[in-house]
Amino acid sequence: MTGKAKAGTASANGRNLPFIYRRYDHAQLREALRKMHLIRQFEEGAEESYMRGLIHGTMHLSIGQEASAVGMCMGLSNEDQITSTHRGHGHCIAKGADVKRMFAEFFGKTTGYCRGRGGSMHIADVSTGNLGANGIVGGGIPIAVGAALTAKKLKTGNVVMSFFGDGANNEGAFHEALNMAAIWKLPVVFVCENNGYGMSTSVARSTAVKDIADRAAAYDMPGVIVDGNTLSEVAEASQQAIDRARAGEGPTLIESKTYRYRGHSKSDRNRYRSKEEIEEWMNSRDPIALYEAELMEFGIIDRAGIEAIHDEVEREIAEGIEFAKQSPAPEIANLEKYVYTEPA
Amino acid sequence: MDAATKTLETGTRELTYAQAIQEAMAIAMERDERVFLMGEDIGVYGGAFQVSGDLVERFGPERVMDTPISELGGAGVAVGAALTGLRPIFEFQFSDFATLAMEQIVNQAAKMRYMLGGAVSVPLVMRFPAGSGTGAAAQHSQSLEAWLGHVPGLKVVQPATPEDAKGLLLAAIEDPDPVMIFEHKLLYKMKGHVPEGHYTTPIGKADIRRPGTDLTIVATSIMVHKALEAAEKLAGEGIEAEVIDLRTIRPMDRRTIIESVCKTSRLLCVYEAVKTLGIGAEISALIAESEAFDYLDAPIVRLGGAETPIPYNPDLEKATVPQVDGIFAAARDLATGVR
Ligand SMILES: Cc1ncc(C[n+]2csc(CCOP(=O)(O)OP(=O)(O)O)c2C)c(N)n1
Ligand SMILES: [Mg+2]
Repeated sequence: MTGKAKAGTASANGRNLPFIYRRYDHAQLREALRKMHLIRQFEEGAEESYMRGLIHGTMHLSIGQEASAVGMCMGLSNEDQITSTHRGHGHCIAKGADVKRMFAEFFGKTTGYCRGRGGSMHIADVSTGNLGANGIVGGGIPIAVGAALTAKKLKTGNVVMSFFGDGANNEGAFHEALNMAAIWKLPVVFVCENNGYGMSTSVARSTAVKDIADRAAAYDMPGVIVDGNTLSEVAEASQQAIDRARAGEGPTLIESKTYRYRGHSKSDRNRYRSKEEIEEWMNSRDPIALYEAELMEFGIIDRAGIEAIHDEVEREIAEGIEFAKQSPAPEIANLEKYVYTEPA
Repeated sequence: MDAATKTLETGTRELTYAQAIQEAMAIAMERDERVFLMGEDIGVYGGAFQVSGDLVERFGPERVMDTPISELGGAGVAVGAALTGLRPIFEFQFSDFATLAMEQIVNQAAKMRYMLGGAVSVPLVMRFPAGSGTGAAAQHSQSLEAWLGHVPGLKVVQPATPEDAKGLLLAAIEDPDPVMIFEHKLLYKMKGHVPEGHYTTPIGKADIRRPGTDLTIVATSIMVHKALEAAEKLAGEGIEAEVIDLRTIRPMDRRTIIESVCKTSRLLCVYEAVKTLGIGAEISALIAESEAFDYLDAPIVRLGGAETPIPYNPDLEKATVPQVDGIFAAARDLATGVR
C-alpha cells in the first residue's frame, strides 16, 4: 500500500477510491458539492448585504472552510446534534438549515431562525439538530458534552458533534469538556477547525503543541488530523468518529486543518498574515475546486453539471435574500418575549 | 381540603433545611426519570454539606453523578443536558465557585432561550451553598446572589426555612427556565416543619413572616431569622415590625413590598451580601419609583455586608454581616424617628 488513494489512481473496481466514493452514490456526492456552493454563496451574499447596509452588527465568514463543515456533517443524521461557533454559517447549512430563514435572521426579521434575536453569531436550527452557534469561544464545547450525556442517559442513539476553532483549544472549557466526555464515554465528536489563527494570533504563537490533535492523548481519546480542505478525508475521519461514538466507545478529537480566506471579522486589516499565504491557499487548495476536479475526474459530474449547481444555488440565494427583505420586522412591544418561558 | 391533608399541613414533622432539600431531590427523582444530580463529591461522600447524603445508594451513581472539579465544564454539561431534555440539579460545592462557571450561567443558560427566539428552554437548577459564619474566610463565604439576580433569563431564589427549601426546589425543578437557588450554609442544620410529600412554593412570591404596623423589614435568607428575632425584641418596646421574607430576588415580588410600605411608612432592608449595588438598592429604588414613596415617613435604611472580603477571625467575621442587635437598633431608631 502506498497510503491514500489519489484521485487519478483509483482502480476500476473502486477498491482504492477515496472514502466518499465508496460510501455515497453520485446523487449524494453532487449534493455535497451543492452544499459547499450553498455555503460559499450564502456567505458571499451575506457579505454583500452587509456592505450594502442591509445587515448590521458583524459576521465571521468561513469561506475556504466549506469542505470541513460539509464533510464533518455528511455522516450525521438529522437527529444527531451539533454545537457551533461564531464562524458557524457553514455548520448550520451543512446540518440542513434553510438559507431563507438564515438570511431572515441576519436581516433581523421575525421569520429568522431566532426571530431576529440572535443574528449571525447565534444562528441555530434545532429542527435539524443545530443547537446553536456561540459568541463565546469554547462556549459550545461543554454544552455538546451535556447533549451527549442526554443521548446516553435517554438512549437516543444520537451523536453530538462540537465544532470549535484552534483558538478555543486554549480555553479551559475545552479541556474540562474533553475530560468529562472521556471519563463518561459519551457519544461526542470534537472537531477543531484549525484555520491557523485565532483572530490575529497564530497557532504557533498560542499553542504549546504543534498539532492540536495531540491534546487528545491527555484525555485518552483518539486524536486525528485531517486535511480539512479535502472533503473525502474529512468525511472519512468524521464517519469513524461518529461510528465509534454511536457504538458507545466514546469521544474522538479531530483536527481539521484548513484556512479562512476572509478576515476574522469585519474589523480585520489582515496585518498578521501575508497576501502570498492567502493566495497560496486560495489558488492551490480551495476545497470546492479540489472537490470539483475530483468529481470530474471520476466522471460523476461535468462542467455543465457544476455550472447548473452554481446557477441553482445562485437562485436559491437570491430568493433567500428577497424572502429576508420582504419579511416583517419584530415588534418593539415584543422586546421582552422569550426571556422566560411564557406560562402555558 | 380533607382532614388528613390538613394535619399534614399543620403537622409537626420537623426536618433540617438540608434534609428538606434532600427530600425534595428524592421526590423529584422518583417522580421524573429525567431529573438527576450533578456535582463535586455528591455521591458516596454525600456532598460537602451532606445535602445529597445517601441519595446515591437509593438512586445510583448515574443519577447522583460525581463530576470532576470542573465548575465551568460541569455547568456547561448541565446546560447542554437541560437543553436537550434532561432536568439536571447541579450543586456547586460552595457558591463562591460560581465565579468559575459564570460563562455558562450568564452567557449560555440565561440567554439560550432568548438568543434562539424561544426555540428552546433550559430547565436547569443550580444549588449554591452560600454565606458566611463558618470561619471559611474570603473565598468560601460570599453571598453572590445579586450577581445572578442581575441577569435576565435567570430566576434566583433564597429559601429561609426548611419548608421553603423543599417547596422552592420542587418548584425550581418543574420550572422550564434556569433557577438558581442560594442556600445559606448556616441554615442547613436548622430544623423546622416540613410538609410531607410533593408540594411547591411559588417562585416570585415573598412571604410576610410577621405582620406589623410600625415598619417593614425586608430580609433575605438567614437574615429573615435575625430580623424575626429583632422583631420580638422590638415588640417588647412596643414596636410592631412587619417582616417580609423576600424568598425570590428575581423576579422580585414588588407588590408585597410596596403594599407593606404603604401600610407602615418605614422600610429597613436586611441582607448579608455586600451592601452597595445590591438587593437593598433595588428594593429602595422600587419604593422610590412607586406610590409607596409618598407614604414614607423616614429615609429608607439598608443593612448589608461590610465593604470587605469576609475575614477569618470570628469576631471580625460576625462584624462583617448584620446581626440581631444591629437590626434591632436600626429598626428602633427608624421607627422612633431618631433617623
Ligand atoms: C471567551 C472569548 N474570548 C474572546 C472572544 C473574541 N473572539 C471571538 S472569535 C476569536 C478568535 C477565535 O479563534 P478560533 O477559535 O481559532 O476560531 P476562528 O475565528 O479562527 O474560526 C476571538 C478572540 C470571544 N468571543 N470569546
Ligand atoms: Mg482559528
